Amino acid sequence: MIRFEPRPPASVSRMLGVSLAAALAALVLAAIPMLFAGLSVFEAYGLMVKGAFGSLFAFTEMLTRATPLILTGLAAAVAFRAKLWNIGAEGQLYVGALAAVAVGTGAIAAPAFVLIPLVVIAGALAGGLLMLGPTLLKTRLGVDEVVTTLLLNFIVLLFVQMMLEGPMQDPMGMGWPQSEPIVDEAALPKLLDRMRIHWGLVLALAASLGVYFLLKRTVWGFEIRAVGENAAAARHAGIPVTATFMRVGLLSGALAGIAGVGEVAGLKGYLTADLSPGFGYSGIVVAMLAGLSPIGVVFAALFIASIFVGADSMSRATGVSNYLADLIVAMALLCVLVSGLFLRFKVKFITAPSAREAGQ
Amino acid sequence: MTDPIQAAETVLRLDGITKRFGDLTANCDVSLDLARGEILALLGENGAGKTTLMNILFGHYVADEGQVYIASPGTGLSELEAGSPHAALEAGIGMVHQHFTLAENLSALDNIVLGTENLSALTSARKPARQKLEDLIARSGLSVPLDARISQLSVGEKQRVEILKALYRDARVLVLDEPTAVLTPQESDTLFATLKKLADDGLAIIFISHKLAEVIASSHRVAVLRGGRKVADLPTADCDLRKLAELMVGHEIVETVRSKGSPGAPLLALNAVSAGEGRDALHEVDLTLNSGEILGIAGVSGNGQTMLARVISGLQVPASGTMTLAGNDETGANARKMIDEGLARIPEDRHHDGIVGAMSVSENLAIESIRKPQNQRFGLLRFSAMRETARRLIETYDIRCQGEDSPARLLSGGNIQKIVLARTLDPEPQVVLAAQPSRGLDVGATSDVHKRLLAARDRGAGVILISEDLDELMRLSDRIAVIHRGRLSAADPTEALDRGTLGLRMAGQSGEAA
Repeated sequence: MIRFEPRPPASVSRMLGVSLAAALAALVLAAIPMLFAGLSVFEAYGLMVKGAFGSLFAFTEMLTRATPLILTGLAAAVAFRAKLWNIGAEGQLYVGALAAVAVGTGAIAAPAFVLIPLVVIAGALAGGLLMLGPTLLKTRLGVDEVVTTLLLNFIVLLFVQMMLEGPMQDPMGMGWPQSEPIVDEAALPKLLDRMRIHWGLVLALAASLGVYFLLKRTVWGFEIRAVGENAAAARHAGIPVTATFMRVGLLSGALAGIAGVGEVAGLKGYLTADLSPGFGYSGIVVAMLAGLSPIGVVFAALFIASIFVGADSMSRATGVSNYLADLIVAMALLCVLVSGLFLRFKVKFITAPSAREAGQ
Repeated sequence: MTDPIQAAETVLRLDGITKRFGDLTANCDVSLDLARGEILALLGENGAGKTTLMNILFGHYVADEGQVYIASPGTGLSELEAGSPHAALEAGIGMVHQHFTLAENLSALDNIVLGTENLSALTSARKPARQKLEDLIARSGLSVPLDARISQLSVGEKQRVEILKALYRDARVLVLDEPTAVLTPQESDTLFATLKKLADDGLAIIFISHKLAEVIASSHRVAVLRGGRKVADLPTADCDLRKLAELMVGHEIVETVRSKGSPGAPLLALNAVSAGEGRDALHEVDLTLNSGEILGIAGVSGNGQTMLARVISGLQVPASGTMTLAGNDETGANARKMIDEGLARIPEDRHHDGIVGAMSVSENLAIESIRKPQNQRFGLLRFSAMRETARRLIETYDIRCQGEDSPARLLSGGNIQKIVLARTLDPEPQVVLAAQPSRGLDVGATSDVHKRLLAARDRGAGVILISEDLDELMRLSDRIAVIHRGRLSAADPTEALDRGTLGLRMAGQSGEAA
């Protein structure tokens, strides 16, 4: 028999330990299908590590992949802290990218130090405004934001496709559904020569510190935490609950929008409808893995990015599908969710005594 | 009366129960016997270990030391498997928790039958179940609409469902955790009448309480817990209020005595205020609160008290009528504005509305004034100032906690109320709205609340005291008004009122004649 006994709040070191154990458990569990695929587990994981950390190029590729994940992870974390369930980071990412393209493909001629901030702000604003609708519907009419934000993702993606095949299509693109390229003055500069890693990473890290500071140190952050933990008590204490939700919605959408800006203006250079392989959804996993901590989000994003990049490289070398990456990430999320149980409860295994007789 | 031969038959024995949570010893070597047909009151302050002890009995916790023995029909006492609610149920122990464990969207019948049916059976044998329940209801007087959804039932009815649930499973020992905490005085009386009847039929009953009057009125025997130890176990007939109170608290009780107030100018006025709809609505309420007085609002729960508190707190905009505070029109003001205008609010549900459990004591103490300059500068929190204030308030208001940074949810009910009191009363508000301020609190914490309210009055504040406890109202209030079906009677001086008159007005009779 197994018995769960509640335990006092866990220490930070214990929480870290459990998170690491969960990641490890995910790798062990993911090894089982690898064995079925006829792979040598150690070799495969070795290839993955090499693919993510084996060279400067591999490492920068991993960081490049982590950049949007940090931002969408922050978008989810800050919203979930307030119990605003924003599942729409994917859509907010795309409108952010769309806004970046609208501003940054030659419509405005300005030097880089003007145009780059402008592009970032446009993307943030677009993402934030997209989140404003569901937030308003939630606070005014009680509409479930899980549904509205999730469904908006599909609407936005279709809208982007429409724009890319219509008004925003690149006339020089030989009919491909893609936008005009971002002009050089609007592009986020590369961090290293001949590598794809760009200033979006710096932006993401700064955002992580900024969100940490906001939640921990400011009145707004205090109000966000209070509303998230107990909205009734917050309202009773005179905290503007509706306004707080609005701020959180704007911030969350803006962070996801900046992720879109980074992808389009830092990495790809133009917008296509396959800009994001689900960064918005992965952001939710990142936030959960990080326990909604803005600093933790960075590490969770690095973990997930290294698995994605590593698995890509491994699959090229072995011919095994890179779906394995999705499998490991899903395992990691499940393991972390289960590990929450170990943080809250002490688990005791009891060898069943002749209890039946004793009870009779 | 109980048959003496039956009464001697022990059905339950706790033997040397000890339970520790970390450094805290919740129960220390507690032994207890319970006889068939006996009503035992388990008395103690909050945190004395009553609930822990009963949770061990029911298998929610495992005792570190000691055993539970229970008698099966026809045989003697045998050891109960520790840590298994299933075994406890099998052995005939029924428990009614303070917070009900009912599925709100199922009918009363479904809730009672839930868990007793064979999962692999294709059909649900509701007919015999209903028959058995109807017999039980007829015998015990626990009238419950079996087909109504739980969400439609009153608190008293829900509790009856819980008791029926235990009886349906042929409980021979019934444990009730603070059964009257959520009941009106009338509902409490009905409950105890029912319990007496059940005990006469042979049921052994333990009820947990910290209300002395009901213990004396309704139990055969009292066991007093203090600091996890059993300090007394004696027939109720040998007890009086004072003796029990001293056993429970461990020292002599000084009753709060109200001196004559000196009411001044009107502070808060409600003029023909109507708000809300349904059972808890307000209808054209007039109310005037003067400085330097405590105005009591008496009434049976659910007659508009909650709405009245919400309107005054600034959480509900009245549909019509006006509200003024110190001469300023506040109709439609929000909570923030009311706080800023000098209104202190003590919410009736302190866990739900009073504190944010996951935040620290110091953050909870600052939450109402978080935008004031003492707590922030340019939108940045001033942690050291917040902590300093918290340490001072913890000291002044005697908040028992592990420091200002510990999460508020770890505190006991009394200490949570002290957080609310400290936060609301420290800025010396001109009006205090106290809704059910002592509900669920033990003697010590209650007298602390009373002292704070009287102190606020004595420095010139006006206090509105909404309570269902007539003794509390008569002791503290300078004037008392009665709320019934959303209408508020005129407030009369307490000296001109007695319990009988108030009781009649609470029942909605002769309210106008008085």
